[in-house]
Amino acid sequence: MRSIRNGLVLALGITMTAFGLAACGGDDGGAPAASDPNAKVELSLATFTEFGYEELIPEYERLHPNIKITHRKTGQGGPYHQDLITKLAAGSGLADVTAVEEGHLSNVLDKGSKFNDLTKIGPADVSPDRWLGWKYDAAKTKDGKVIGYGTDIGPLAMCYRKDMLEAAGMPSDPEAVKPLFATWDSYFAAGEQYVAKSGGKAWFDSAAQNFNAMVNQLPTGYIGSDDKLAVESNQGIKDAWTKVTAAVAKGQSAKLTAFSNEWNSGFKQGAFATKVCPAWMLGVIEEHSGPENAGKWAVTAAFPGGGGNWGGSYLTVPTQSKHPKEAAELAAWLTAPEQQIKAFKAKGTFPSQVKALEDPALLSETDAYFGGAKIGQLFAEQAKKVAKPQYKGPGDGQIQENASSPALQAVEQGKSAAEGWTQLLDAAKKITR
Amino acid sequence: MTVVDKIAPDEAKAGARTPPRPTLRHRLSRWDVKVSPYLYIAPFFVVFGIVGLFPLLYTAYVSLFSWEAGDDDPTFIGLDNFKELFADTQFWNALENTVSIFLLSSVPQLIIAVLLAALLSARIRGATGWRVGVLLPYAASLVALGIIFANLFGPKYGLVNGLLQTIGLDPVDWQAGRFSSHVAIAIMVNWRWTGYNALIVLAAMQAIPKELHEAALIDGAGTARRFFSITLPLLKPTLIFVTITSTIGGLQIFTEPKLFDAMPGSNNGGSSNQFQTVTLYLYQTAFENYELGYASAIAWVLFVIIVLIALVNFFLTGRLTAVKKK
Repeated sequence: MRSIRNGLVLALGITMTAFGLAACGGDDGGAPAASDPNAKVELSLATFTEFGYEELIPEYERLHPNIKITHRKTGQGGPYHQDLITKLAAGSGLADVTAVEEGHLSNVLDKGSKFNDLTKIGPADVSPDRWLGWKYDAAKTKDGKVIGYGTDIGPLAMCYRKDMLEAAGMPSDPEAVKPLFATWDSYFAAGEQYVAKSGGKAWFDSAAQNFNAMVNQLPTGYIGSDDKLAVESNQGIKDAWTKVTAAVAKGQSAKLTAFSNEWNSGFKQGAFATKVCPAWMLGVIEEHSGPENAGKWAVTAAFPGGGGNWGGSYLTVPTQSKHPKEAAELAAWLTAPEQQIKAFKAKGTFPSQVKALEDPALLSETDAYFGGAKIGQLFAEQAKKVAKPQYKGPGDGQIQENASSPALQAVEQGKSAAEGWTQLLDAAKKITR
Repeated sequence: MTVVDKIAPDEAKAGARTPPRPTLRHRLSRWDVKVSPYLYIAPFFVVFGIVGLFPLLYTAYVSLFSWEAGDDDPTFIGLDNFKELFADTQFWNALENTVSIFLLSSVPQLIIAVLLAALLSARIRGATGWRVGVLLPYAASLVALGIIFANLFGPKYGLVNGLLQTIGLDPVDWQAGRFSSHVAIAIMVNWRWTGYNALIVLAAMQAIPKELHEAALIDGAGTARRFFSITLPLLKPTLIFVTITSTIGGLQIFTEPKLFDAMPGSNNGGSSNQFQTVTLYLYQTAFENYELGYASAIAWVLFVIIVLIALVNFFLTGRLTAVKKK
């Protein structure tokens, strides 16, 4: 940073690395024609974080002796998707089967021409009813191409601190709390009650977490079906904003930005009583709350406004692939219910396949940390409550990350709700220019 | 024979004889003299051409287009990116933040570095140990430092606010306010760079001739007087060098504000861009919004600003040496 010479050395190092990589990547050495069934086909599969496919890949190779799979795993989702968009732009370098996270799907759907339509090249026995309807439909481009097979999902439920609700003299049994979490209005009303009865303790972790779930439940999101910014014309977003910022003003927010260090500490300190909870959040809560809080958290099969989804991924086959047919077959096999159940057992990724959601292995799953709650059954139930997917136009994800979430953080840091709304609008306009 | 040979040059001066045709070896050695130096310095220029000059010029070329990553045929828009940039409030905000953080970090940093160097050049026990000690923060990983400091400055559970509350002060929401966030980031920068600069200043101090100090001592000058009248004036060139390198580094500050943000992975520089720096904005434009043309324009404007400062430095040092010649 400081010395120009160091910069040069570094740049040289990077360039050399890049050349080195360019020299040994990209080309798979003259692919044989796909018509010869006995020819060796080399496929690559790119995933990020944990998909639970480690055991499945050798199994697929055993079943298909002519296929060899290279699995590229990336640790973090953010850099992975940056790399994905860059390689999509470059026109080469993507794996034959490339995983895409739901939050980044809108950036990929508007480049639908760079992906194969899986209804055309995928195996004939893969029908849309393999997946939950909303999951399947979310991967459709505007012109009706299906570019991804669903892997896992993150159905939403409510997690809450039993002990803290009890201490405030409120219902704390998973059945008894359901009315509190019936609608957003009842949720924020209960929050007001809790703040009053607990002597000013916070009800939820941060405004943005609730707001994102609220916006996701609307028929239209930040971007309309005409790909234009719909924030101003969309009364639903404004209403959600008003409700959330009113709750912040009444002291219901612990003002802890999700996934920040302070948020992590907040679990241990019992800084908030309830939490928007996709299936994968249970592990996060357990990790940060620590063994000393075991049994204090509970989860219930209710979510304000019905249901919702946060997270989950798709497997796509980019048009860059030299073996689209074989790649689509692999993606179809990996996303079949039998395999997703195995992935669920390996890494806890919650399956999006209808049959997998009826699988006894999933339904019998319990979580000791959450007082032995039958989480498999609970989240399967919640997954069926998700309404039809909202259209996510280009820029949707960026508006959430760089317009609405920071604006709500600014409100929590002392800006007025009106100022925050202006900030959200300005930032959203800038993103969709 | 040899004697005749030795007189030969005189004859050559007198007689206009054509010189003998140079042999191949002779010619090769002539070329050697002419061409070799270029070959010796070529590696640097070739490497610089590939990783320095070409990217620089190509960035200038890209900045004339509306170029989204993934565009097959970007549209040429001339200087529109720059026009937009000069009207872009977020850019000016980022530039203000950058300058503010730079001033808050560089000024105290240089003062402390000079005082530290003065302490280190005094006769102390275990001088080498101390000298290595001040460089330790520089040797630690920048990212690790960023994460630790972001933790220390946490609004609710941070150690700094804990200490403030113990001594009866109100806690500060370090990330929320513009000024408070700049102070926190400046502290991070200083933690890392003060020792590094102190060592450079120390090297210059060691080079000051002892005779000057001895003469001043005989004239009855005290420690402070010697420091201000001998040490500081002779440190001027070094101080200018350190100032310029700090400026270049300070204008490119990126890692500290990125890691200081409560939102993990965010490039916003706080909830309302209150500590977004130019480089952070550049990074966000290029690799989060994929507006490569606009990002290139930012990069070039930043480059020009740094060049201007380098020129100021050049004239300053030029004038200083001129003063010395008088």
